[in-house]
Amino acid sequence: MTQSNTLLPNLYTTMKRIRTFEERVGELFIKGETAGTMLHLSIGEELGPTCLGAAMQKQDTFTTHHRGHGIFIARGGDPKKMMAEIAGKKDGYCKGKGGSMHIADMKLGHLGANAIVGGGIPTVVGAGLSSKYLEEDKVSVAFFGDGAMQQGILYESMNMASLWKLPVVFCCINNQYGMGTKIDNAAGLKDFSKRAASFGLNTLHIDDLDIENAYVKSKEIIDKARKFEPGFIEVECYRFFGHARMDKSPYRSEEEEIKMRKSDPISYASNQMLKNKIMNEDEIKKINEKISIEMDEAMDFAINSPLNNQKEIFTDVYDESEPLPISVEERINKILS
Amino acid sequence: MSDLNKNYYEKITFRDALRLAIHDSMQEDEKIIVMGEDVAAYGGAYGATKDLLKLFGPKRIIDTPISEAAIVGASMGAALTGLRPIAELMYVDFFGMSMDQIANQLAKVRYMFGGQINAPMILRAQGGTGRSAGAQHSQSLETWIMHTPGLYLSIPYTPNDAYHLLRAALKINNPTIFIEHKLLYNTSGVLDKNNPDQIFGKAKIRKKGKDLSIISYSRMVNFAEKAAEELAKQKIDVEVVDLRTLNPLDRETIIESVNKTKRALVLSESCYTAGVPSEITSIIFEHCYTNLLKPVIRYTAEDTPAPVAPNLEENYIPTIEKIVEYSKKLCK
Repeated sequence: MTQSNTLLPNLYTTMKRIRTFEERVGELFIKGETAGTMLHLSIGEELGPTCLGAAMQKQDTFTTHHRGHGIFIARGGDPKKMMAEIAGKKDGYCKGKGGSMHIADMKLGHLGANAIVGGGIPTVVGAGLSSKYLEEDKVSVAFFGDGAMQQGILYESMNMASLWKLPVVFCCINNQYGMGTKIDNAAGLKDFSKRAASFGLNTLHIDDLDIENAYVKSKEIIDKARKFEPGFIEVECYRFFGHARMDKSPYRSEEEEIKMRKSDPISYASNQMLKNKIMNEDEIKKINEKISIEMDEAMDFAINSPLNNQKEIFTDVYDESEPLPISVEERINKILS
Repeated sequence: MSDLNKNYYEKITFRDALRLAIHDSMQEDEKIIVMGEDVAAYGGAYGATKDLLKLFGPKRIIDTPISEAAIVGASMGAALTGLRPIAELMYVDFFGMSMDQIANQLAKVRYMFGGQINAPMILRAQGGTGRSAGAQHSQSLETWIMHTPGLYLSIPYTPNDAYHLLRAALKINNPTIFIEHKLLYNTSGVLDKNNPDQIFGKAKIRKKGKDLSIISYSRMVNFAEKAAEELAKQKIDVEVVDLRTLNPLDRETIIESVNKTKRALVLSESCYTAGVPSEITSIIFEHCYTNLLKPVIRYTAEDTPAPVAPNLEENYIPTIEKIVEYSKKLCK
């Protein structure tokens, strides 16, 4: 395959890996093997994380929102360690102490997922400041949802990035819903790029399923950020399922869901590959099967990963050179002795 | 602060001791930056960063927009990626603007990420009453921080402690909140750079005594010392304990002191209910129960916002007269 012929299959593969991973997370939940129900799946939202993930460079850093599994996979996250984290197990990226919403990996530049809407956005401003100060050529990207577009911290952060000309990109994955509230009932101005442009950022609005084009355009924004022109990207998509595992979506109609699920970035990419004869059905099937096996293995790995030792409650609060917090049991026993 | 390179200062202000600590640390460690509102050109709202812009340039002494949440959040991001920021919030009251970044992010990143990363930074802020600054610029919010695991908390009283605690916090990999009382900046004392006077996390007995322990921190230690002088004239021998850091909290020194004196008054400018003094009182009750001759007294600010009117503000917080009065009653 030529260079241009490898791009779409690569992007397709990442999107399919994200989708299959999320499906397995759903299965893991049904099996009762996840730590809690705070699982926010990004099925239907694969395009944005995939094209930005591909457009970023190896050294770049990022933060994500609570619906961030896909972004991490697109940046090289190991499905086994991710799944183990989601299961709250010892082999997880954060020893199971962070879980789905606080997954992070400093080696891959993942500065942390965040369970506070907008909470991880100023982190990338600081990372951009470090990158510029230390001359490291790292772009830092904040991924967040449309909910965060209504949080004040985003605007403080965009202003700082613009003011200090930082290598930073703000990326809004707009899935149309802030939990159960439709964007129409949350945003005074839905043209988010206009808001970002008013801060002096380069902007990009992606609202179709052509991922190759989205990749090229995103890369332009990221490349400009590397030259200290911060940017903003909005990717419109649709959250195919509920907010979290317990959500049965009473706030939207089945008709809407059926209609919107037809805008599927994965089917679209697969059809494009067939139409342009980049791959045939057998080849696509092979990719899918390989991914299916990979994600099954990740799920098994999580299920079989050992539980943490109880002492992990107390570790990692402070630097390892500092004393551990005193347990309540130790305190009480000392009083009673 | 004409001579920056002396090792011993007979008389230096609390403000200049802080400034010297920042200066000396920045000279040693290129990764240290200062960021906050008016820290550069203005020299800091209370002068703690005066002239540092001239010495270190705008790359390291950074004026920020009035965006408290992003100041804390961006400092944390920089701390996660190789720098060691000293962030300044003009008033501790502005923690209200940035509490998500302080409590949900900064305090928890290391833990949530399984110990992968530290956020080595200092967040400095000014607290306390005394300038008729009103309910939104006069609070003592150390309780908020002490109730949030993951944050170290320094609250010094003397210039020597201000210098050494700041220096120490910049060598520890934990985030440290550093609260400076607004009426301490102009106070002065000795600074001996070679004498850190015990380690970070250790309380300091300011005055030894055998009849009553007054346990305090920050500006209230000064009230305790003055009350102790007065009480000495009346043959009551007070021990004054300056906690210096509230996390780590030197429980041993508190317990040892009260087990010796058998009476305790906990003195603070925070509010009465569910504050730092409540915690210290509990520790005393738990560990000195059989030795106590009297109930422990918490003497604090009132359970109200801080009033502006000077005559009200003065009595909103503890007074030396009443410390003396309560101490005498405890020792009767």
